Amino acid sequence: MKSLRFIAPLAIFAILVVFLFRGLNLDPREVPSPLINKPAPAFTLTRLDDATRTIRREDMLGKVWMLNVWASWCVACRQEHPVLVEFARTKSVALIGLNYKDTRPDASGWLKQFGNPYDASIFDSEGKVGIDFGVYGVPETFVIDKQGVIRMKQIGPVTPEVLATRIQPLIKELNG
Amino acid sequence: MARLFAMLLCCLFALPGVAKDAAPATQDPVLEARMLRITSELRCLVCQNQTIADSHADLAVDLRNQVREMLRDGRSEEQVLSYMTDRYGDFVLYRPPVKPATLLLWFGPATLLVGGLCALVLVLRRRSRLADDQFEPDEFAAEQREGAT
Repeated sequence: MKSLRFIAPLAIFAILVVFLFRGLNLDPREVPSPLINKPAPAFTLTRLDDATRTIRREDMLGKVWMLNVWASWCVACRQEHPVLVEFARTKSVALIGLNYKDTRPDASGWLKQFGNPYDASIFDSEGKVGIDFGVYGVPETFVIDKQGVIRMKQIGPVTPEVLATRIQPLIKELNG
Repeated sequence: MARLFAMLLCCLFALPGVAKDAAPATQDPVLEARMLRITSELRCLVCQNQTIADSHADLAVDLRNQVREMLRDGRSEEQVLSYMTDRYGDFVLYRPPVKPATLLLWFGPATLLVGGLCALVLVLRRRSRLADDQFEPDEFAAEQREGAT
């Protein structure tokens, strides 16, 4: 009974340390998206390379695809871009770019300069579709299944590790 | 030189004549006030310690416009809030809803306070029942007693 007087404060302290340590390892910038396992929001946007042709959510039904949010003004996108260009060579999945709050000349010039990994990019100059997808920091990447349901969201640049450990296994599972 | 100076001085005093009142920020101050009340309950995801009403981040400006538009279309406050949580999750709310995952957040501080008070009361009551010789003598009182003798 006497020893409890010493053990109890120590135990409470240990619990606090666990909470604080957990808090230090959390990234407050990574806000879990409520859209995971929900149908992707509907959209109809014109293509970046052709303002007369549109792409809709329905056009993508029936295949697994990735939506990558990018912009020519986005610095982290430059870091991510070579990874996407390399990944696009594998042709394992349809990759659609969402060009977010950009201008057509800037965006087209950027793709010419750094290479174009996208099967197509759609042009969201006002960022409305971005808001529907809950985008708050570019780049962001979504993996969407054949039924049009969002299965994964990557906030920040896609790295080779994220591709190998999370995205590629998921795509294999969704295609299987 | 003096003439040049006088001319410059004239120019300086003429400037307020060119100035005009700031244009009203909005056509509808009532709508603007409602928009600001709602967005000051919402967290900006880009700079997370600011409200959407306060922030100058691009996304916050867009979301203020969005809220303004929705209110103009006659949407209710609840509809605006659910529009935001559907996209960004409960994290955007400065007052998250009470549910199992947020119970600790809502009631943790009060539980700690009540627990601490209970512990304090228990300790004090146990002490008040102890006999005097259970305590170490009060040094100040002991010195005084010595001084008196």
